[in-house]
Amino acid sequence: MAINNPSVFLLMINGQIEGANFPEYDDLYCKYCFVYGHDWAPTSGLEEGISQITSKGRDSPQRMIWNFPLEITFKSTNPLGWPQIVVSVYGPDTFGNDVVRGYGATHIPFTPGQHTRTIPMFVPESTSRLQKFTSWLLGRRPEFTDPKVVAQGEGREVTRVRSQGFVSLSFHIVTKDMKRLGYDTTPSETSHTLSHTAAAGIGPGDQPYST
Amino acid sequence: SDLPPRPQAKPAPSSSHSESSTMRQRMRDKLRAARVNTSETGLPTAEEAYNFFTFNFDPEPHEEAGKGRKKRRPRTEGENDDEEEEEEAVTEDEDAPLVKDEEEDLFIIDQSAHDFLVVKRAEYMGYQRRLQSENDFLFTPSFLTVPASSKVPENMQPRYLEEEGLYVGERPPISLTNQNILENRVLKQQQGRKWFGDDGRIIALPDPIKESSTRPPLFHMEEDLDPALQTVYRKALKSKHASQYIAGGGGTNGDYQLDVDVSGLIFSHHPLFSREHVLGARLAQLYDQHLSRQHKNITEHLTTKLNGLRNAVRNMLEIHGRQGLTPVMQQRISEYKQEVKNTRRLRDTEQEKDRTLLKSIIKVWKEIKALRDFQRFTNTPYKLYLRREEGVRASDERDHEAEIQAEVDELQGEMEEDYQKKVTEYKRQQEEWKAWRRKRKKKKKKAQSQDDDDDEDNDDDQSEGDTELGPSKPDPPEEPDMEGVEEQVREKASRIRRKPGEPILMPELTASGPITPNEQCPRGEFARREDVAKRYLFTKVLYNNKEVSRTDNRSLNSDFRVHFGQIFNLKIVNWPESIKLQVFEVLGSSTSLLAEVFVPVPESSVLTGSAPSEELEFSSNLRVMFDHEAVGSDVPFSFEADGSNRQTLLTSGKLSCCVSWAIGEDDVPLAPPTTQSKAIGLKQLDAIACIGASSLNDMKKLGEWATESRLDPNDPNNATIMQLLKVASSGEVTAPDYFRLEQLQEEFNFLSEEEIERSRRFRLLRLRNQEVAEFRNYKCVPALEREVTDKVFQEYERRLREGEIVDTKDHLDAHRALVAKYLQKIRESVINRFLIAKHHFLLSDLVQEEEVPSIGILGLNLFKLAEPKRPLKPQRKERKKVTAQNLSDGDIRLLLNIIRAYDIPIRKPQASKPAVASKSVRSFTETFTAGQSSQSAIQGSDWLLNQVQVRPFVEVSFQRTVLQTTTADGPNPCWNEDLQLPFSAPNGDYSTASLQSVKDEVFINIFDEVHYELGGDRGREVHTRLEKHWLGSVKIPFSTIYFQSRIDGTFKVDTPPVLLGYSKERSLASDGGYDAVRSLSEGAFITLFITIEPQLVPGETVREKFDSQEGERLLLASEVFERDAAVSYPNRPCLTTVIDINGKTVFISRYLRPLNPPQELLDAFPNSPQEATELIARYVSLIPSMPDSVSFAGVCDLWSTCDQFLTLLAGDEEEHAVLLCNYFLSMGKKAWLIIGSAIPEGPTAYVLTYEQSRYLIWNPSSGQYYGQYDSFCPLQTVGCLVSADNVWFNVQVYTSPLRMSFDVTKAKLWKPFFSRAFPNPGLSSVQPEELVYQRTDKAVAAELQDRVEKILKEKIMEWRPRHPTRWNRYCTSTLRHFLPKLELSGGRDVADEHRLELQSLLGDYRISGFPLHLPFSEVRPIIEAVYSTGVHNVEASNVEFALAVHVHAYPNNVLSVWVYLASLIRTR
Repeated sequence: MAINNPSVFLLMINGQIEGANFPEYDDLYCKYCFVYGHDWAPTSGLEEGISQITSKGRDSPQRMIWNFPLEITFKSTNPLGWPQIVVSVYGPDTFGNDVVRGYGATHIPFTPGQHTRTIPMFVPESTSRLQKFTSWLLGRRPEFTDPKVVAQGEGREVTRVRSQGFVSLSFHIVTKDMKRLGYDTTPSETSHTLSHTAAAGIGPGDQPYST
Repeated sequence: SDLPPRPQAKPAPSSSHSESSTMRQRMRDKLRAARVNTSETGLPTAEEAYNFFTFNFDPEPHEEAGKGRKKRRPRTEGENDDEEEEEEAVTEDEDAPLVKDEEEDLFIIDQSAHDFLVVKRAEYMGYQRRLQSENDFLFTPSFLTVPASSKVPENMQPRYLEEEGLYVGERPPISLTNQNILENRVLKQQQGRKWFGDDGRIIALPDPIKESSTRPPLFHMEEDLDPALQTVYRKALKSKHASQYIAGGGGTNGDYQLDVDVSGLIFSHHPLFSREHVLGARLAQLYDQHLSRQHKNITEHLTTKLNGLRNAVRNMLEIHGRQGLTPVMQQRISEYKQEVKNTRRLRDTEQEKDRTLLKSIIKVWKEIKALRDFQRFTNTPYKLYLRREEGVRASDERDHEAEIQAEVDELQGEMEEDYQKKVTEYKRQQEEWKAWRRKRKKKKKKAQSQDDDDDEDNDDDQSEGDTELGPSKPDPPEEPDMEGVEEQVREKASRIRRKPGEPILMPELTASGPITPNEQCPRGEFARREDVAKRYLFTKVLYNNKEVSRTDNRSLNSDFRVHFGQIFNLKIVNWPESIKLQVFEVLGSSTSLLAEVFVPVPESSVLTGSAPSEELEFSSNLRVMFDHEAVGSDVPFSFEADGSNRQTLLTSGKLSCCVSWAIGEDDVPLAPPTTQSKAIGLKQLDAIACIGASSLNDMKKLGEWATESRLDPNDPNNATIMQLLKVASSGEVTAPDYFRLEQLQEEFNFLSEEEIERSRRFRLLRLRNQEVAEFRNYKCVPALEREVTDKVFQEYERRLREGEIVDTKDHLDAHRALVAKYLQKIRESVINRFLIAKHHFLLSDLVQEEEVPSIGILGLNLFKLAEPKRPLKPQRKERKKVTAQNLSDGDIRLLLNIIRAYDIPIRKPQASKPAVASKSVRSFTETFTAGQSSQSAIQGSDWLLNQVQVRPFVEVSFQRTVLQTTTADGPNPCWNEDLQLPFSAPNGDYSTASLQSVKDEVFINIFDEVHYELGGDRGREVHTRLEKHWLGSVKIPFSTIYFQSRIDGTFKVDTPPVLLGYSKERSLASDGGYDAVRSLSEGAFITLFITIEPQLVPGETVREKFDSQEGERLLLASEVFERDAAVSYPNRPCLTTVIDINGKTVFISRYLRPLNPPQELLDAFPNSPQEATELIARYVSLIPSMPDSVSFAGVCDLWSTCDQFLTLLAGDEEEHAVLLCNYFLSMGKKAWLIIGSAIPEGPTAYVLTYEQSRYLIWNPSSGQYYGQYDSFCPLQTVGCLVSADNVWFNVQVYTSPLRMSFDVTKAKLWKPFFSRAFPNPGLSSVQPEELVYQRTDKAVAAELQDRVEKILKEKIMEWRPRHPTRWNRYCTSTLRHFLPKLELSGGRDVADEHRLELQSLLGDYRISGFPLHLPFSEVRPIIEAVYSTGVHNVEASNVEFALAVHVHAYPNNVLSVWVYLASLIRTR
């Protein structure tokens, strides 16, 4: 009964923060956290994490690799507030102070399967040149009060940001019972082929839920 | 010398004789002077003579002279002059004239160059003249407007197309001057008028410039591009959903395949053709034509058909000829005949074509042969054979004759028929005419009856004349010329048919003839052949305008045929839109495009293998010329010797190729399904059609609008809309007669409104989104409708429904309950009002940024470097603030540093008997010495020896967590201990708003630890029991700590008025000077430091601009005033405008107005104004205090007026202060409101009064008052003073009341808001004129008293679950009697006799107890207060309790609650 009439759907996220492209900086590490709506609850996995420090390689001078795994499962009743992953990258500046190098966020992909996302990163700008100079000098760059700010739109109009670099993530998404609850996120053409592989949990009598 | 002998040739002009004679005179004089020089020496020297003969007269003038001399000699010889003269001339050349003739002489001398120079004035032409001459050949266009008449053709008015309703585009802007100049200039030109349109303006295209740039501007040209703008390589991805791709191909990619077979190409003309090639190509073309005609054999076919038809007609006539033909038959026969006629005509043309073709083939072949003979070499291998087929002459002739005969018969028949038709027509017309004439005659007869016979002929004439009116007399048709027909037919036959007996000629073209080898060719031809050999050709295959492949290079052969023979397999993803083949010619390294050929996209049924190869013609208009034999392209040339009959040929040819769909392995055609190809047609996007047909609803409106706004239908900008209207007006769409503003709303609606209303789930989601309190943080709204139970809404609905119904159960007092509801409502409305404002953010909310250090801070930091690392007296530093968002349980702790206390009450020896003396002593304990002596007298020696005065410790309880310090000794203990208390926010919500509304309080209780020895006399062992006796407490709300972030200072400990078993000990350090004010501040004090770890950022108040009814100028001034204050004295609170309970900005002085206090309070002490004042202060302090931040979480400080305050019976410090100040004002006192900060409240409001040349500072929340110089005054900072008509800001050096002056008249110390420059506009007060007080029902108070007592007793028993709780009834009643006295005395320590009385009555008991005094708001705070004293914790088995409650009712339901609590232990 419970299988036939689920009341929540599950979203499982596997993946990794693969690496970053910050042309000017080195020795960076990143933090991630998830931002999700009221109707979402993580059932297992880590909601937050902090990666190791990575340096640029000799043969790939642009790319920094973390390969930092993500694994989390959410349950939800409502696609409103679909989880977003917020990635913030930190690293030392010229004086060795740990400063933020970029914030970025992206929604977790909706469709099951493998996805790659490249998030452009940005940092808040100082309000004035003097501020900029002193913050550079003191190693206290402006930061968001909360990295989760980048996942919401409210209040962003007061900030000025500067683009910094890119972080690439890869996701493997598995959903369960989405279709049963009436949310069809897979494109119509591919749904048939994928239903055998990705959504193995769904039985053959898979019908969109209707009241 | 090559100069011509000028003197001879130039005779002197007689006219110039006179002037030349004067010049001659001069010359002669000169020469004579020179001669004098030489004549002095006589003969020339040897050197001179030598020079004369040898010197080379190089310089010009000398040469001239020399020449002259040399010349002269031959000439003189010629003139028969004698030698002597000659001699003379040589020796004394200047002595005599060298020639006799004067004129001759002149010319010789004239040869000097100087004489030819004529000095002239510099040529200068006057300005005017120059202008004149310039005007002849220069033209300066005028900038005056050209009259319209000169711009349009003569005798024409300019017509304005715009006025005629034609569309005229907008012209590009041009200045009028420039336009005029241009027009003037153009008019000067020949045919200048052609530049002007009909409207007399220069013809101009519409302005082509777009208003906005279509390309986004690229900044940072000099810098490197942003990484975001940098080109990123992306691997080409196949999108399966774009419309131009073949849908459905997703699964098996690329299974659509087009095979393009490019087999070869033949040039019908190529620039490198020789003349022979041209003819050869023509021949080949003709031959091809011939072959194809022969293949189709139309002539034969038509002939057969004709014969068939003829037979049919003949048969029909034969069969039915005898009987009369039925009309149907006749019809049929005539149809057949018509058919025969048509067929014959067709056959004749075809035959003619055949014959002409044959003739031209032969002609061209003859030309080729002639050309070959002429040029003596052969270029083309063509050879034409004409095969003769000799037919049987007799039968041939017969056939021919029969054919002609048949045709002649038919023609004759046709003509006969035609003639017959004409004849009948003629007859009919004649009849008509005759009838008409008859009618006419009759008329005439009637008119002229007498002479009709005579006028017969005239009549005829007349009628002739009247033919205009009637039908004319028809002419009879001509007889057809039957003989001529046969001649015509024969003539035609000889033209288009072969003559009978003539052999049938079958041309046969072969390409087997020998070509003259290169060596034998003339040079021109050789060069041409070389050129041909150098050329290569290849073909590109373009699919959808993208090159997909190309063929190999193939050399151009001498026969100008190229064979590629390549098949390209195109795996396609996109829909085929075009397939194009481009033919390129390669010469050396340069490649030129010869031609493009479009190949039609094959039908899906055209498959490889079965598809025929197509020959596609191409041509190019490229002009090519050569200097050798080749004819070139687009170059006229001629075959004739005289160059006539020129012709021009363009490069052309045929490309044979084949495009077809491939066949897959399993014989499946790899063609996309045909149905989908239609989707391409839909790609012509129509914006409206895309949205859906429903959007066409108001098309009529659109049309109306278009007509109303007079859209120009010809404006290309409006083309789309006009087209749309055309479609719409075609009538297919019926437009409703209503207008929809958001026409697409319905399409995008998720659900209908009713459905959303009905659905519980959506309702829940909506309520949560609206942040309705019950659902604000509702987690996990169920996914399904049925899982949302009605229970979820029950509470909310009940609240909505029962909003008005008052629940008295919790509140014990009906009025309080009402107020609570009212407060709740106000809170909600205010919160809703500010919800939007809460969603506004400042930069500091989002971005954490270091502040720019000022020079002072930098200097300070530098100075700090020199500071010792571990100073002996460390100072507290500011910590980094933490926003409340990322916190969780256990992260926040409350840090308390309890340093020391002063004047703790000390124990009294319980053993001592109550002495009468003490009573007398008590009366003058006002003086220190007396009190001391009395105590020492009472306590005696044993107390001094073994009894400690008091052993106090501090217990801190917060959120039911209790921690305590160690025990110290004496009335002035010093603990200096740190305590850490965990803090947990309600519901784990650590948001700022939630933290602000935490109502918990920190209780800091001081206890006395008492040892009791039990059973010491029985055995060896001594049991000691520890008891703690409550001495006093300090209460600090969490919200205060949260907003202050730290609380540091010395606080007065709330000690009960009576402490059984304790007496208050005074500090020895007091320096006398006792006045009434000093004595009031007596009591115990405790020094504390409280903070929150980590430091939390307190929520900011709302920064919205509120509505205001204040004048614009006042608001501006107050803003300036506050800003100035904040800049110059950042730490002094300055307040000029406040927000009232309706959320409007109000100027602060409007709150102050004399208001009457309750009359019965004034009446209480008619004789003592001092007492009355204190009573009123007490009354105000009895109104419960509730910080706004708690009631209006995160909103702001709201100021309610006094009547609102008294109705609500709850308010902040400022409401208390305003009320108290107003009371004082009405009592005739000088009173001000102090805006400042105090401990522990932080920014607050106090009241300042001026009495008897003394300033008193009143704490409105406690009713206490302090002198200006009281060091224990909690007011620390004075920011500004407010009176009813002005605000003064403190601009003194110090802010502490101890060190400042309160004289507001001194402008140096107090900066007034209203000054002479900006006078008070006479602000009216927001306060009511008068306060109306309700009399409090005593019965209600009594009832409340009983209920509180009952509840407290139950609670105490509840807190002692393990022990029986006994109540000492006797003691209780005694206490109950005592409480009203305490109330009357105002809680002051005036009741020692009561204590003594109690002692005497309960001598057997050790008693410890105290009365608690509280303003009444709810029961809960009373319970909390009782709990915090810890009386219930006494664990002795024989303990008894006594509890008495007294509620005293003041006017307007202000209630004072006394709780007397005591524990009794029987000592015996």
